[in-house]
Amino acid sequence: MNVSMTVNGRSVTADVDPPTLLTEFLRDHLGLTGTHVGCDTGQCGSCTIHLDGRAVKACSVLAAQAEGARVVTIEGLADGNGDLHPMQAAFREEHGLQCGFCTPGMVMAAVDLVNTYPNASDTTIRENLEGNICRCTGYENIVRALKSGAAGMGDQGNG
Amino acid sequence: MGEPTTKIGGSTRRSEDKRFLTGQGRYTDDINMAGQTYACFVRSPHAHARINSIDTSMARDADGVLAVFTGEDLANDGIGGLPCGWQIHDVSGEPMAEPPHPLLAQGKARYVGDHVAVVIAETKQQARDAAELVDVDYDMLDAVISPAKALESGQPLVHDEVPDNRCYTWELGDSGAADEAFERAHHVTSLDLVNNRLIPNALEPRAAVASYSPGEDHYTLYTTSQNPHLARLLLSAFVLNLPEHKVRVVSPDVGGGFGSKIYPYAEEATLTWASKKIGRPIKWTAERVESFLSDAHGRDHVTRAEMALDTDGRFIGMRVDTKANLGAYLSTFASAVPTILYATLLAGQYTTPAIHARVTAVFTHTAPVDAYRGAGRPEATYVVERLVSQAARDMGLSQAEIRRRNFIPTDAFPYQTPVALNYDVGDYDATLTRAEELADVAGFEGRREEAQKRGKYRGIGYSTYIEACGLAPSNIAGALGARAGLYEAGEVRLHPTGKVTVFTGSHSHGQGHETTFAQIVSDRLGIPFDDVDVVHGDTDRSAFGMGTYGSRSLAVGGSAIVKAMDKIIDKSRRIAAHMLEAAEADIEYDDGTFRVAGTDKSLSMAEVAFSAYVPHNYPLEQLEPGLDESAFYDPTNFTYPAGSHICEVEVDPDTGRVEIVNFTAVDDFGNVINPMIVEGQVHGGLAQGIGQALLEGAVYDAESGQLITGTYMDYTMPRADDLPSFRVDTCNTPCTHNPLGVKGCGEAGAIGSPPAVIDAIIDALRPLGVTDLEMPATPLRVWQAIQDAQGRQVA
Repeated sequence: MNVSMTVNGRSVTADVDPPTLLTEFLRDHLGLTGTHVGCDTGQCGSCTIHLDGRAVKACSVLAAQAEGARVVTIEGLADGNGDLHPMQAAFREEHGLQCGFCTPGMVMAAVDLVNTYPNASDTTIRENLEGNICRCTGYENIVRALKSGAAGMGDQGNG
Repeated sequence: MGEPTTKIGGSTRRSEDKRFLTGQGRYTDDINMAGQTYACFVRSPHAHARINSIDTSMARDADGVLAVFTGEDLANDGIGGLPCGWQIHDVSGEPMAEPPHPLLAQGKARYVGDHVAVVIAETKQQARDAAELVDVDYDMLDAVISPAKALESGQPLVHDEVPDNRCYTWELGDSGAADEAFERAHHVTSLDLVNNRLIPNALEPRAAVASYSPGEDHYTLYTTSQNPHLARLLLSAFVLNLPEHKVRVVSPDVGGGFGSKIYPYAEEATLTWASKKIGRPIKWTAERVESFLSDAHGRDHVTRAEMALDTDGRFIGMRVDTKANLGAYLSTFASAVPTILYATLLAGQYTTPAIHARVTAVFTHTAPVDAYRGAGRPEATYVVERLVSQAARDMGLSQAEIRRRNFIPTDAFPYQTPVALNYDVGDYDATLTRAEELADVAGFEGRREEAQKRGKYRGIGYSTYIEACGLAPSNIAGALGARAGLYEAGEVRLHPTGKVTVFTGSHSHGQGHETTFAQIVSDRLGIPFDDVDVVHGDTDRSAFGMGTYGSRSLAVGGSAIVKAMDKIIDKSRRIAAHMLEAAEADIEYDDGTFRVAGTDKSLSMAEVAFSAYVPHNYPLEQLEPGLDESAFYDPTNFTYPAGSHICEVEVDPDTGRVEIVNFTAVDDFGNVINPMIVEGQVHGGLAQGIGQALLEGAVYDAESGQLITGTYMDYTMPRADDLPSFRVDTCNTPCTHNPLGVKGCGEAGAIGSPPAVIDAIIDALRPLGVTDLEMPATPLRVWQAIQDAQGRQVA
């Protein structure tokens, strides 16, 4: 079947098998390997992307369901001028990543979290990161990064 | 977070982060090769079964299928099994039982998830679909899961040739001296302890892409390995009988390991072999359920432990009897974990003069068990610290006081323990003092009373741990049964323009070596940090390596780089002497500059490097051109990171829910290169240790041998809202025997924290009569312990 959507600002159309997951479409068809797959049960959150502005787990969405949608992956988060998005910069500054595998999903979830709760407390942040597993950091620096990234997003006046 | 200077001791932000943060990381599953095919493994659904026959005909005929292989095909090609890297000897003097570990099952399946066949097809989905069509005729057999039960007579045998499923019984220490101590003891504290089985769960599932080039007769394997050179050596020499120089193993970005990616596994070996058979590249990426079933698990000890004390609360003897579950097959380091990496740590931070340990290692119908973050040392720490904390309660001493009475004093180093290790340096009182300050122990009773008013029970738990890291002096490891050396290799290459490439045999899968190692080189050679590139994870680029585990990368791998830099500086000094027309003895070196003593004549390292590659004004009669040096470093001792962890919990008696309200870790890691990265390693280790104490546990059904906890729905991974914010600090005493004075920090958090958490809960629930608790202390288990204790009190 044919699917069309906008991915990181670019219109894409492809012929896919109906059961193709959005993760497979992004990774295998578009070569956007920043979206990672860490489990088969929608639990780990490594594949989190933005679908029409909201964070979703791309392993739980069929490519066909994203027909006509606006998809942003970790590759498309920054403005394209070579600068990191404030949340990406905050993760680096606060050492909110180690092996980097959960990181793209974590950053995409973090941006959505800040858009939803611009002044989130530590507790709100921790509760809302429940859908993203990190095995390396113990989350301490992810929470710090998220708060710092929120401030950076506020300064920049964008999501 | 610390100042981001690029010198040693600066919290330089990580070089690797930009690619990880922008989706440009390159993990094994991101790699695709022209003509690539896909593998799917057929796994045993039974814990123990005889394989009567395997009918692959339907699978072979399925759409897109290129080949189906079984154990018979491998045997016909003379393919060996996976070797064990460490030979332990039984108390009888005989070597341990070492049954074969075939890549694909030969006649029998021995755990749920055991590899039975592999299907290779054009697409992933075709491989999966065809795997369903492989018809295996099994006779189901009884399985045994518990190591204690597996030793009983009449139990099913995992390997027919291994009676009582006993791989070995091993002893360490002086049993006579220990018995004598117990005879004269004023008090004996005894505990029965279970160290719960864990599943490592690196977020990146294991994966491999194997290919064979007939033109060059050359294999390339991309794989998720913590030690690509070791993978190449074992695949070449022991498993596939390939010429080592015709095999390239690349471990690109690897998404966490925690031990589970040390070992060569059946999948990548089978793929490498099959890539030549079918003449096409083959990719396999584990589904998470496969990770649960077939990654090597960790821990799984059952222990009876006793501590003998004199009237002053001094430890005079210790006896430990442990049964360790090895799973169905011997994984690479499996035999070393419950012996060399466990019983040698039973002295802890204390002067206990007589210790005896007996370890029985047992095969069961479960996934292989091997090193997981800490590997043996968390098990030892759990035994020692639970005993110490219980002994304090028994003797009416405070947790700090009983520890201080028994600490090895700072003036006693180097200190020879009764269990083989020789600690070089430490200051245990310093970390404990700092931890008590940071944890505000002085204010604890007030917080306990305040919690009581809210109907909550607060408790505080201590753990003062030690570990042996920086694995390892090769001669000692060899004497203890290691079949490999445990040195590390490093190479430092200055380019004509003064830029530097560092090649290391260590492997980073989250630790940040590209940053830390570049800091060391930048600091020592006076070259800008951004001009240093660190290469790892490719057998074609780094000369050799033993990889990353046992908190060894900096202590051993970093030391190899320092040795190579020493050679660079020596040669550069001679080049500079020639260029500056001075005697070599008059050349002073400091921070990248060679200077003629007492003059303003100088050369930078970059100028020397240029001259080494454009040797027009160069001592060619004495020196070769070029500036590229390599070194191997073999440590003379283990390193001994140590520290004090204090956990404060609040328990809701109605629900059994435990909240960690404070967790303090003060560690001694020796010199620190990058404090930010070290702190991150501590955080991650604590999360895994707290996970073990409160949340995680691999459960097999005792009858069927099915893994009950086989998905993230069933196995509780620590999530952000399960963990507290940590208070961490260091009190460092530099290691005395490596050139950086470093000890290693990767495993400390996972080693030290579990007993602190459990003892905090026991402390909290003392008023309710709770005296013991097993890990993981889930709400149900805590609630049940409260009910049982209340029942006892009523009775």
